[in-house]
Amino acid sequence: MPDTHDTSSSDSAYNYAYLDEQTKRMIRRAILKAVAVPGYQVPFGGREMPLPYGWGTGGIQVTAAIIGRDDTLKVIDQGADDTTNAVSIRRFFAKVADVATTTRTEEATVIQTRHRVPETPLKEGQILVFQVPIPEPLRMLEPRETETRTLHALTEYGGMQVSLYESIARHGRISKAYNYPVLVNGRYMMSPSPIPKFDNPKLDNNAALQLYGAGREKRIYAVPPYTPVKSLDFDDHPFEIETWSECCALCGSKESFLDEMIVDDDGKRLFVCSDTDYCQERQQADKP
Amino acid sequence: MYVAVKGGETAIANSLDLVADKRRGARDLAELTLDQIDQQLGLAVDRVMTEGSCYDRSLAALAIKQARGDLIEAIFLLRAYRTTLPRFGDSEPLDTTRMVAERRISSTFKDVPGGQVLGPTYDYTHRLLDFSLAAAGERPEAPTAPVDAAQALPRVGDILEREGMLEPPPAANGEASQDITRTPLVMPADRPVRLQNLARGDEGFLLALGYSTQRGYGNNHPFVGEIRYGQVPVAFVPEELGFEIELAEIDVTECDMVNQFAGAHNIPPQFTRGYGLAFGHAERKAMAMALVDRALRAEELSENITSPAQDEEFVLSHSDSVEASGFVQHLKLPHYVDFQSELVVVRTLRHEVEERNRQAVLDQAAE
Repeated sequence: MPDTHDTSSSDSAYNYAYLDEQTKRMIRRAILKAVAVPGYQVPFGGREMPLPYGWGTGGIQVTAAIIGRDDTLKVIDQGADDTTNAVSIRRFFAKVADVATTTRTEEATVIQTRHRVPETPLKEGQILVFQVPIPEPLRMLEPRETETRTLHALTEYGGMQVSLYESIARHGRISKAYNYPVLVNGRYMMSPSPIPKFDNPKLDNNAALQLYGAGREKRIYAVPPYTPVKSLDFDDHPFEIETWSECCALCGSKESFLDEMIVDDDGKRLFVCSDTDYCQERQQADKP
Repeated sequence: MYVAVKGGETAIANSLDLVADKRRGARDLAELTLDQIDQQLGLAVDRVMTEGSCYDRSLAALAIKQARGDLIEAIFLLRAYRTTLPRFGDSEPLDTTRMVAERRISSTFKDVPGGQVLGPTYDYTHRLLDFSLAAAGERPEAPTAPVDAAQALPRVGDILEREGMLEPPPAANGEASQDITRTPLVMPADRPVRLQNLARGDEGFLLALGYSTQRGYGNNHPFVGEIRYGQVPVAFVPEELGFEIELAEIDVTECDMVNQFAGAHNIPPQFTRGYGLAFGHAERKAMAMALVDRALRAEELSENITSPAQDEEFVLSHSDSVEASGFVQHLKLPHYVDFQSELVVVRTLRHEVEERNRQAVLDQAAE
């Protein structure tokens, strides 16, 4: 993390990377605590950001606290670099942090993401920053913070197993499609944020540092590199990910998460990679 | 068709230009000035300052202009500015008995020391559209009685307090209370934290909750002990000086709500209080805040918690318009990855049901 005690940003009315240094220090402390206790939600004094809550203010604050001039930032939303919100956040950091940006997963030192984990495997030294709407995995089972805090303290996660069991009893399988709960380092249950369960296996034992920021709910949590992350399941109903019978119409990938597009009035469908960088790299590799 | 998700950058830039253009409106009309907003839309400025937690009339007016009159958006703009400001410290507590009141009423006593002062209020206007306002034309200034700024205005509550009929306000414990704009809200919260949250809370949300208590969802039989609106001095003790200096005078509205209370095992029957305070002239907000503050004291006063307004986690987690507006509206952002995951699951489930039904038909035919 380079020194960021520098106020000469391109928009001099604000500090480098928007947040004042005191706030950055407070957020870094929360991040360090989160790394020390993997999967534990650390409360932090989240600030109002110039983007609305729900647009990724938690991720933006985490990124603002860790970014420096030597970093290369990639921002994706739904796996794509060119979705409007990703464009907007990338522009924000290019403006307030004077930072190099990229769309290539390999080149990035910090990747801020909403709803996806890149298909290209991450390397040591890279940081993946997730935007989190509801950090509490037990929230839909128990709306009270005072209760869920106790449940985590006691590792009392039976309620979630029961809810998954109910899904099997009703539908014959676990019908949870995204934000699929995981157990981190055998201790804390964690919300992986609303990534599709397709991405859950990528969280496990990943070489990169994963930081999760929830701005509205004012929580930060983390998965350090090479930490076991297990998706909840049952012996007779093992965890499984989405599959498609189609392949990507652009690069032909059969391994990536596919977006479905409706291309005409008759509802004709086309499937393409959700990860635009992965898809383009493959298309270019195919060219002679 | 793949172009549909491309070109975000240009689209955003064009959208920004368009919204700025809409804000200006027809160019043959004069542009609003910040002073006009401050003076002629003063109550909007008051609300933006209150919920924006920043007492600055010109900044609030700017936010209202920039937001084209959308007050919740203006509150957000002011908050996002405020959060970048350095903090010097805490001011001394406001002493509202030193208020130069423009308005002061009590509904619990016919007359009170200092008198009932109606001041500027919509309470007794007839809500008939005043078509004379549609035409230009100057209005004569309203006559006002001279104000005795030196006269302290005792609180109506103090009189009841002396008799032991009304609980005294909580004693200052000398500790600075936690600043909810700097530290995360952790439940259970103490009363200073709750009051900060309610002061910033959305007026509509608090109004509805306060109203719900009156309709029986956590009723606490309220009376307006006193509402006062006027100017109070703000004092600050700089560390390097060690004595108090007056920074400014600000307009505030204060509501001291008096509520029935049957007593508990260790407290004799007495009246209890709910408290509301807002920047500028904002009686609806101050009253709603006082009702909800009192309702949230249910646990402290050994009352049964049965209703939303008494439920601390429910109220404090959902009162903030900036948070609520953001999270509700984020549904406009793309969610197609999650939706695709759901599509895959629902298609699989439907396929299994269809398969089962077809098998059942075959089995029936075979019998």
